[in-house]
Amino acid sequence: MSMLSLRDITVRFEPKGKPPVLALDDVSLDVANDTFSVIVGPSGCGKSTLLRLVAGLETPTSGRLELDGQPINGPSADRGMVFQSYTLFPWLTVRENVMFGPKLKGLSKSECEDIADDLIKAVHLDGFEKSYPKELSGGMRQRVALARALANDPRILLMDEPFGALDSQTRQMMQELLLDVWQTRRKTVLFITHDIDEAIFLGDEVHVMSARPGLIKQSLDINIPRPRHIDALTSPEFMDYKRTILSLMHHEAIKAEDAANQRKSA
Amino acid sequence: MWTRSLFSPKTDIDKGTYVTLSLISVAVILALWCLLTYGGITPRDFLAAPHEVVQAGIKRMANMSLFEHMWASLVVILSGFILASIFAVPIGILMGSFRAVQALIEPITGFMRYIPVSALIPLLILWIGIGIEQKIMVIFLGTFFQQLILISDVSARISKDLIDCAYTLGADRRRVVTRVLVPACMPGVMDNLRVTMGWAWTYLVVAELVAADTGLGYMILNAMRGLFTDVILLGVFTIGILGLITDFFFKWARRRLLPWSADF
Repeated sequence: MSMLSLRDITVRFEPKGKPPVLALDDVSLDVANDTFSVIVGPSGCGKSTLLRLVAGLETPTSGRLELDGQPINGPSADRGMVFQSYTLFPWLTVRENVMFGPKLKGLSKSECEDIADDLIKAVHLDGFEKSYPKELSGGMRQRVALARALANDPRILLMDEPFGALDSQTRQMMQELLLDVWQTRRKTVLFITHDIDEAIFLGDEVHVMSARPGLIKQSLDINIPRPRHIDALTSPEFMDYKRTILSLMHHEAIKAEDAANQRKSA
Repeated sequence: MWTRSLFSPKTDIDKGTYVTLSLISVAVILALWCLLTYGGITPRDFLAAPHEVVQAGIKRMANMSLFEHMWASLVVILSGFILASIFAVPIGILMGSFRAVQALIEPITGFMRYIPVSALIPLLILWIGIGIEQKIMVIFLGTFFQQLILISDVSARISKDLIDCAYTLGADRRRVVTRVLVPACMPGVMDNLRVTMGWAWTYLVVAELVAADTGLGYMILNAMRGLFTDVILLGVFTIGILGLITDFFFKWARRRLLPWSADF
């Protein structure tokens, strides 16, 4: 059974003095319990908008969003999110950052600390509980952000290009760590990226989006056995998936370029 | 071979060089002052000599009058500044993050920030008299509107992702303001309080222009009547030194209160 369901979602932006933009055009998507779903697409295809809709940070122009059969109405602790930008609260230590959600729920101090310490260990940051974010590297900050989002034990974890600002070695390490955490804690994840390798490496399913208008062009099941490690990146089946997605996206890029040229000449 | 030197932009220099250069600039000013006065280039009632300023200082410290003036000025400055800050910090934070508050307040601040405080003194005298309240009000008006605009800017620059992130962690609107927006603004607020504290000092003479009988501004204005340039310079140096002390206090307080903050 699908736990997250998006039906006929349309988002139209109408900037003043400019033609309206169809950010999402009639998008439908289902995410099943405990699956790792990835949406991959070029920048400006509306994938971030899609994720923000699920988070409740934006509302669609039309369409229905449901989580466990309940309509999504505004942000809530049952949909945790990790952002691309560094969003740790700089005035809180690592532990206090992770405790932020549980504390809002009104859990006792010792309960909050137990949850935090357990998750900090899970993202391999034990020893840094009392550090401030300014003392951490980019990768470490995103690990804390992951732990903080998980501390609320959300129904679904939303990730908006969380490793986009990291260098490629750190990125690879973070992907493996994420899969590790995901495997042991079993969460439903909706992950956004423009990086095809990252999408295939992480996902149970990959949804390829196209831009202008933003829509889901094709969905693929990724049948690469888990646990996946770095050698999965060079396996023949990985290459097959990559070829398929690349050609889909290449086609899209050409189309987008043509459309842009047409607009200019018009 | 290309190397970075003193003359490359944005290059650090070692502390010794830094201190030496700072001392040189102070020494040049002092030397120039000595040359003008002891060299007989300027008459004494035009510019007092260094030793005359020191003597004036010693005399006024011995009879405590300098400290009385300092105290009077500090009371005015700090009362006006603290009063302004108490209102400007919360209103400024709300103004920068709530368009409705901005719409309400912006026309007034936009207008008021261009009014020289001295232009309001006649009205202030008419409305609240010539007591200490009037002097405090001058400092208040001189700093409040500037603070409001600067702090509203700090608040407006807080990353929207930080706010959105708090929502996804289960915070409601009220807690987003109290637990995220307000602490996130604190480093910027401290920086701008420090800057506006400096501005508050610059209003001192204006504040003590009317019906004052004590205070550093008064001391300077009074000395002007007899062309006592030694006392005028003493007043100027005292204000400068007190200003430096308040500046150091703010730097220290920021480091102490906001150890998590990245930039100093």
